[in-house]
Amino acid sequence: MSALQYTTEHEWLLIEGSNATVGISDYAQEQLGDVVYVELPEIGQSFGQGDNVGVVESVKAVGEIYMPIAGTIEAINSRLEDEPELVNSEPTAAGWLFKVTLDGQADLDGLMDESAYLEFIATL
Amino acid sequence: MTDKLDGSQSTTLRQTPLHALHQELGAKFAPFAGFSMPIEYGNGLKHEHLHVREAAGLFDVSHMGQIAIRGPRVIEDIEGLVPSDITALKPFRQRYSVLTNERGGIIDDVMVTHLPEQMFVVVNAANITQDLTHITERLAPNNSIELLEDRALLAIQGPSAAACLAKWAPDIAKLEFLQAGYFHFGDVECLVHRCGYTGCDGFELSLGANEAASFASMLLEDETLEPIGLGARDSLRLEAGLCLAGVDFDAATTPVEAALEWVIARKYRSEPQTAPRFPGAEQILKQLSDGAERRRIGLTSTGRAPVRAGTSLLYDGREVGHVTSGSFGPSFGGPVAMGYTDTKLAALGTKMTVEIRGRVHELQVTKLPFVATTYYKP
Repeated sequence: MSALQYTTEHEWLLIEGSNATVGISDYAQEQLGDVVYVELPEIGQSFGQGDNVGVVESVKAVGEIYMPIAGTIEAINSRLEDEPELVNSEPTAAGWLFKVTLDGQADLDGLMDESAYLEFIATL
Repeated sequence: MTDKLDGSQSTTLRQTPLHALHQELGAKFAPFAGFSMPIEYGNGLKHEHLHVREAAGLFDVSHMGQIAIRGPRVIEDIEGLVPSDITALKPFRQRYSVLTNERGGIIDDVMVTHLPEQMFVVVNAANITQDLTHITERLAPNNSIELLEDRALLAIQGPSAAACLAKWAPDIAKLEFLQAGYFHFGDVECLVHRCGYTGCDGFELSLGANEAASFASMLLEDETLEPIGLGARDSLRLEAGLCLAGVDFDAATTPVEAALEWVIARKYRSEPQTAPRFPGAEQILKQLSDGAERRRIGLTSTGRAPVRAGTSLLYDGREVGHVTSGSFGPSFGGPVAMGYTDTKLAALGTKMTVEIRGRVHELQVTKLPFVATTYYKP
């Protein structure tokens, strides 16, 4: 069982202490198709939960990235600049998008564990 | 994460004769021009795009309108609808042209073929009803205009397309770009054109709708040939600098503005020997000699961000046009776009900027096509 948590907008996050790593789910990358461009927020920017913080683009479509949890951008995955296809090949590993320092007590309401998320996407 | 493409299916959508085959092949479907069409198959759009450029792909384009027009003076009559030289079109030769309105705007782009005792016209799916009305209203009443709804249309495109088809019909390899012929593939007779919408060598095959699915399955037994969806069809045509009707031009765009003046017959140009009869001739020929204010251009970027349709083009901080089609060109290896700008700024190399989500990106006017075409012209 993976420790990843998921949003209904198909981001995943891995919370470790007061930090979290964020990416898009395998389902999301599959829906989007071959990723050709990823636009990420800048380090140091702060966002609230649900804020639009970037995009993942395929040849045909633009997928918005929403902040799954309130926090400040601490790191971005700069490999995606030249290798955006990592989001397809390893969405929950080397294709991560950014890391966040959480704002105080994280609001985990509405996040799903992997089995709940798999049930959720089965309904789509 | 939300995907802005509407992939939903509706029961009111029409299906092509190959629908069940697409499902079997694992297609993702999306609505297009009232049809449920395959957008891509299991290996994804980029793979499909590159496969067409490197080998061959089979596209179901049965949604397009195939129209047979017959009449005692059908060739001259059709010449009265389009700016192109149709009377000069030899038997079994095809030409790209446009249907124009009284203001010189492009109603649709069409492929016209001179066949024995008929003119064969292929029109865009979204425009079938409108085109039929337009043609019927303007053509002499002693012509018959028949929409061939019992026909399917398959496009086989790519450098190995000829080899895929020549296994069944060896003489097909002798066809030249924009030439047509009837060929037998076993029991199935196809009207074959050497043409396409990818910039590659390739063919379009018109055949009976009831034979189309088994015929396509037969062709797909060749492992070099893969099914290709509308997604890659769009990125391939964009790299080839080809317009999508209703997107890269509309009824308010003239052929001169759309950089399609090459469709206008020489005989209507300087010192015309023949009086043009096509709708909007006066406006179009005036623009041809005086120039138009705006022009369709190609655009590339040094960055990686795709520049999508609707994005404003900026020059010295002022808006000078907009993008009509834009994506990432898998063969080009970067963002490619087409759009319209002031003709004064349409010179190759002109630098412009766009703002995408608050960030400024630099573009430059680039020659079309973005990827060299490989049409078969021996």
